[in-house]
Amino acid sequence: MLLTGGAARIGALALLGFAVAQPAQADTIFVSNEKSNTVSVVDGGKLQVVATIKVGRRPRGITFNEDMTQIFVCVGDDNRIDVIDVATQKVVDRLPSGPDPELFVLDPQGHRLYVANEDDNMVSVVDIGAKKIIGEIQVGVEPEGMGVSPDGKMLVNTSETTNMAHFIDTESHKIIDNVLVDARPRVAQFTGDGRFVWVSSEVGGTISVIDAASRKLVHKISFAVQGVPRESIQPVGIQLTSDGQRAFVALGPANRVAEIDAKTYEVKRYHLVGQRVWNLALSPDEKRLYTTNGVSNDMSVMDLERGRVVKSISVGGAPWGVIVKP
Amino acid sequence: MLVRIGYLTRAEEPRIPQTFLEPVSEDEGIQGARLAIADNNTTGRFLNQRFDLVEVTVPEDGRVEEAVRDLAGQGVRLLVADLKEDALLAAAAAPEAADMLIFNTRAPDDDLRNERCRANLLHVTLSRRMQADALAQYLASRKWMNWLLVVGRTPQDAAYADAIRAAAKRYRAKIVEEKRWTFEDANRRVDTGHVTVQSEILTFTQGTEHDVLVVADEADGFGEYLLYQTWLPRPVVGTHGLVPTAWSRVHEQWGATQIHSRFERQAGRWMRPRDYTAWMAVRAVGEAATRTKSADPAALAAFVRGPDFTLPAFKGQGLTFRAWDGQLRQPVLLAGPRVLVSVSPQPGYLHQFSELDTLGDDRPESRCRNR
Repeated sequence: MLLTGGAARIGALALLGFAVAQPAQADTIFVSNEKSNTVSVVDGGKLQVVATIKVGRRPRGITFNEDMTQIFVCVGDDNRIDVIDVATQKVVDRLPSGPDPELFVLDPQGHRLYVANEDDNMVSVVDIGAKKIIGEIQVGVEPEGMGVSPDGKMLVNTSETTNMAHFIDTESHKIIDNVLVDARPRVAQFTGDGRFVWVSSEVGGTISVIDAASRKLVHKISFAVQGVPRESIQPVGIQLTSDGQRAFVALGPANRVAEIDAKTYEVKRYHLVGQRVWNLALSPDEKRLYTTNGVSNDMSVMDLERGRVVKSISVGGAPWGVIVKP
Repeated sequence: MLVRIGYLTRAEEPRIPQTFLEPVSEDEGIQGARLAIADNNTTGRFLNQRFDLVEVTVPEDGRVEEAVRDLAGQGVRLLVADLKEDALLAAAAAPEAADMLIFNTRAPDDDLRNERCRANLLHVTLSRRMQADALAQYLASRKWMNWLLVVGRTPQDAAYADAIRAAAKRYRAKIVEEKRWTFEDANRRVDTGHVTVQSEILTFTQGTEHDVLVVADEADGFGEYLLYQTWLPRPVVGTHGLVPTAWSRVHEQWGATQIHSRFERQAGRWMRPRDYTAWMAVRAVGEAATRTKSADPAALAAFVRGPDFTLPAFKGQGLTFRAWDGQLRQPVLLAGPRVLVSVSPQPGYLHQFSELDTLGDDRPESRCRNR
C-alpha cells in the first residue's frame, strides 16, 4: 500500500513538474491581501511567493505606474495610497486618496489616479507628481469600479448601491451620462479599442456591455454553472485579451472563471479556481491568467494555451487585487 | 418626479438593553428609513427623481387607523410600518390601506405570515421561524443536537420558543428539557449584582445533559445573565449569546462596512436590526423607482411584488419577496457578542428553488390564504 501511494505521489509530482514548466520570460505577480495588510510577490517562473511587502491597512486596489517602477495600493482603512518601489520592494511614499479608497485607475498618460471613495459617494482625482487631490466628482452611493478609455478622455465609475455606470469627462470632471446596470456593479473595463465598456454586476449576476459613444447597452451576458446556485454567480473581475477576442470574468463564490468569446458574447466554458474569486490579471504574453481567491487565501494560475488551472499558490489573507509585470 | 414614502410608528417606552455597552436609543427604525431616503436621493439625482419621507408617530394610546387615513390624504401609498403585530394589523385593515403597499419592518410574528396574512403586507423583517431555522442549521452543522430551552414570561418569548421547537423538529434536534424563567421580578432581583445571579442561575440551569442552552427572552430581561453562569459549561444561543439576526454591528462582509459608517455618521450610534429593516423597505421603493423610472405608487408596488425585483442589502446576494406570504428571503446572520460567527443557510442545506427557502415557511407549508 505504502509503495503504491509513494509511486502515485511521485507520478503526481512528475505531472506537476510538467504542468508548471517555466515560461520563456518569468513574470512577477503582485497580490494585495485585504486581511493581512500585505502585498505578496510571486515569481512567475518558480510560481512561489518570494517576498511579502507590508503596507497600510486593508489593501485592495493595486496598479503600476506608467513605467512599472512603482506600485500604487489603495489602503482603505488608512485613507491613503501607498507607493511601493518595485526594485526594492518597499513602501517608499504615500499619496492622498480621499476617504476609504477601494479601487482606482491610472490615466493612460500616467499623471493622474482616479480613485473611488467608497464611503463618500465621490471620485477623487489625484495628481501623482504633485501628490495632491486636484478634483472631486460627486457620483452615486458607494462608488467602486473605475475604468478609463485608452485615450484617457472618458472615465467610467460604477456605484454599488446606485447601480449605475457614471460616464465622466476627464477634462471637465463632469458626469456626462449615467447607465443603469444590474445590482451592485463592481468592475468597469474598457475594450482595447475604446468602443465598449464591460461592467460586472455582482448581485445581479451579469456583465453589461455598454457602447462608450452612445452609452447604450449593447449586450448583457448571463452565466449558468451546473450545480451552482444562481445566487452564487457573482461576477467581479474582468480581463480582456489585447486582440479583443477573449474575455475572462471572475464569478466570486461560484469559484469559477468564465471564458467568453468577446465578439459574440458567448460563454465558452467555466474554469474551476479557488474559493470566492475576486480579481484577475493576464500575464503580459497573455498565456496565463492569475486569479485572487478571497476565501481560500490563494491565487490560481491558469494556463490559457492548455485551458486549465495548473497551480494554486497560497498568498496572504483574503487576496484581493492582482497585477503582473513582465 | 416625487416619490412619497410614509413611515408610521407608535410612541413607546424606549428599549432598555440589559448591557451597559449599548445605548438606550429613542430613534430606532426611523434612522434607517432616513438613511435610505438619502441613498435614494443620491441615486435619484441622476434620474430626476426625488424621495420624501412622511414621518408619523401615533401616541401610545392613539389609533393607527387614523394615522393611515391622514397619510393617505397626503398622497402616501407606500408605507413603512414600524409597528408591533396588533397595531400593524389594525393599520393594514384601515379602509385607506386597501390600495397601499405596507412594509412590515418590525413584527416577527409567524402568524402574520400565515393565518393572519394580508395581501397588502410585505414582511421585510425576519420571521421568528426564519431566525430559529437559521440557528438550528448552524447547531445541526455542529452536531449540537440536544437543547435545553429556557423561556421567558412574555407571549413573545412563548412565540420564540414555538419557533425554536418547530426548528428542532425540522432539523431533528432534541429539546431535552424546557424551563420557564419564573422569577417574579427578574430585573430587580438581579439588580443586586452578580452575587445573586451567580447562585440563582447555577441552580436554575441544573438538569438534563444538553449540548447548548437555547434562551427565549426577546425583552432582554434576563438572557444576558445566562452566559458563563450555567451549571454545565455550555454555550448560550437564541436571543442571547449566539443570536440569529437580520443585522448586527459585527457584520462587515459584502460591503456592510460602508453602510455602517454612513449610518453611524448620520445617527451617532450603531445600526440596529430595526434600522436595517426600515432601510431595506425604503430602498426597495427606491430600487423600484430606479428600475421602472416611474414615481407612480401603483407601478412601484407592482414592481416590488413582481418577478424582476431584487434588493441588494449587504448580504452577498439579491433579496426577493416570497410570493406565498410576502416575506423577504434573506440570509440570516449568526452574531456573537463581539464578532460574526456564521451566516445561514449553512452549506449543504439544499432547496429545489432557493436555498434561502430553507429558512422560514416554505411554499408547501404556508398557511397564508389571503394573498
